[in-house]
Amino acid sequence: MYVDLLDERTVARLDSTPAESLSSSTWRTNVREFARHPLGAVGLTTIVLMVVFCFLGPLVYHTDQLHPVLTRVNLAPGGRFPLGTDAVGFDVLGRLMVAGQSSLEVGLAAAAIAAAFGGLWGALAGFVGGWVDAVMMRTVDALIAVPSVLLVLLLAALIRPSVLTVIYVLGAISWLTTARLVRGETLVLRTHDYVAAARLAGARSGTIVFRHLLRNVIGTVASQATFEVANAILLLATLSFLGLGPPPPAVNWGGMLTTGLNLVFAGYWWQIYPAGLCIVITVVAFNLLGDAARETFEVRLRHR
Amino acid sequence: MLRFLGARIAQAAAVVLLVTFFVFAVLHFLPGSPARAMLGIKASPGAIRAFNVVNGFNRPLPVQYALYLDRLFHGNLGFSYHFNLPVSSLLAMDLPKTGLLVGIAYALSLLVAIPIGIVQAVRRGNPVDHTITTIAFVGYAMPSFWLGILLIMLFSVQFHVLPPEGPQGASIGAVLNDPRALVLPVLTLTVITVALFSRFMRSATIETLLQDYIRTARAKGMSTSHMVWRHVLRNSLLPVVTLIGLSFPYVISGAVVVEALFNYPGMGWSFWSAAQVQDYPVLLGFTVVVAAATVAGNLLADVAYAFLDPRVRYGRR
Repeated sequence: MYVDLLDERTVARLDSTPAESLSSSTWRTNVREFARHPLGAVGLTTIVLMVVFCFLGPLVYHTDQLHPVLTRVNLAPGGRFPLGTDAVGFDVLGRLMVAGQSSLEVGLAAAAIAAAFGGLWGALAGFVGGWVDAVMMRTVDALIAVPSVLLVLLLAALIRPSVLTVIYVLGAISWLTTARLVRGETLVLRTHDYVAAARLAGARSGTIVFRHLLRNVIGTVASQATFEVANAILLLATLSFLGLGPPPPAVNWGGMLTTGLNLVFAGYWWQIYPAGLCIVITVVAFNLLGDAARETFEVRLRHR
Repeated sequence: MLRFLGARIAQAAAVVLLVTFFVFAVLHFLPGSPARAMLGIKASPGAIRAFNVVNGFNRPLPVQYALYLDRLFHGNLGFSYHFNLPVSSLLAMDLPKTGLLVGIAYALSLLVAIPIGIVQAVRRGNPVDHTITTIAFVGYAMPSFWLGILLIMLFSVQFHVLPPEGPQGASIGAVLNDPRALVLPVLTLTVITVALFSRFMRSATIETLLQDYIRTARAKGMSTSHMVWRHVLRNSLLPVVTLIGLSFPYVISGAVVVEALFNYPGMGWSFWSAAQVQDYPVLLGFTVVVAAATVAGNLLADVAYAFLDPRVRYGRR
């Protein structure tokens, strides 16, 4: 699937003549193709709004998210607290912003690790080939065979959870799919003439992998990374529900949702739905963006 | 075909071996040591030495790994100090119950997801497609524990029709005896699985629709419904075989959360409890078993695929 697509894209690139106008026209084609997917634009806009809400919101809407205030617990929305307060008196709206920072940071950082490591791993395996490729890819197979929740629970039981370790843990299990996809593309790319040309010109293997191969798989890596952000945010929520998320004062949407769910029968809906909806909206947005990105980069799926 | 089978089996065996290697490495590089983890921080040096000698932890690492493999092959997965049971006995008790949960959820998900995916692919880019895509994304994006609680609130709290807890009981018979309690856990797992499967089915069908024989069929003037039934359905169903194998880790992940939420006494619940108290033998033993099952499942799927689709077989020659 990814293999054919790359063929066409590379051929198209090699066919056009002036190198500079080529890259800008490719860029323009991609933008135009992306614009064909209204849902992708919706996803991107939502993500931008969410980032603004979480990172710029606290500058406008000041709240204290460190010190519990037990004289104002479980207040319903209204008046001074647009979304009410939680069981220890934190302002829910302000907490949503702070928790969102963690969720987004963890998601983005884990996806960045996954993209960088998975991309390199896949490109190396595909480029070197032979038994190195076999060992590297069987390693990926072995890790992919373990369900992510099991792996996360296992690692979280081993390492004391903090925001940073959770990023490492989630990054450590998110790179596998990227590695597979990139390896598949590299296998095809390395047979292309321009790789042979680079080699004839005396380029070393490292240069070929970094300068030529990785650059051509960026589309795949980027769209896969978008999905990984969504997965990491969800996994972080699951981890918090299972009691192995980062401990307080760190807070994320999953943790808020879990705490709120303890009060589900008290009818304090404002402690459940805002956090839950933030997760759903953000994860959906990243998935929509990823889908649009994938269809943009996959020439074969384009509307003709 | 035989060569393909042989190579594929060798590959699967290598993967399982690698899993055991990782698990062994984790077991060995535990913070502290297995003795500390098992005997606690107050254990005397003598007790720790005795424990290490009894368990062979004083031997060289390669020997330890060989011994570990030997034990694995004899079905000895270690001893759970939290449940006070051999891990294999725990597994024998839990596995059928998780199998039941996952099996029913798989069957229902396929029944729902296949038609949805085909409809979406045929109507690709239409409002129908966009609507279903959005619904599927929301289902996929919803933390499964929240979905489960919403279902509990609806069916148990609001309408009093279903119990909020999964069936209790040590044996699979006890679980089957309480089918009403099984509904909500199965429903939760099914919803999150359908969201994934329908996406997969949609792209599989789109792949099929891009084929030349579909264009030929269209050019001949074949109606859409006829084309879907005669050509698209059969060819799009093939990747489902792969999907069943590939999605296994995803569904097991869902089962862990569902079991923890509904207090359903299966493998996921035991794994979760073991993670709370760092009962490593259970964590690692279950990991090896589930990974081996996944690899075996993928192997079966590949073989079934080659058996069902001659193109795969002949292409390999």
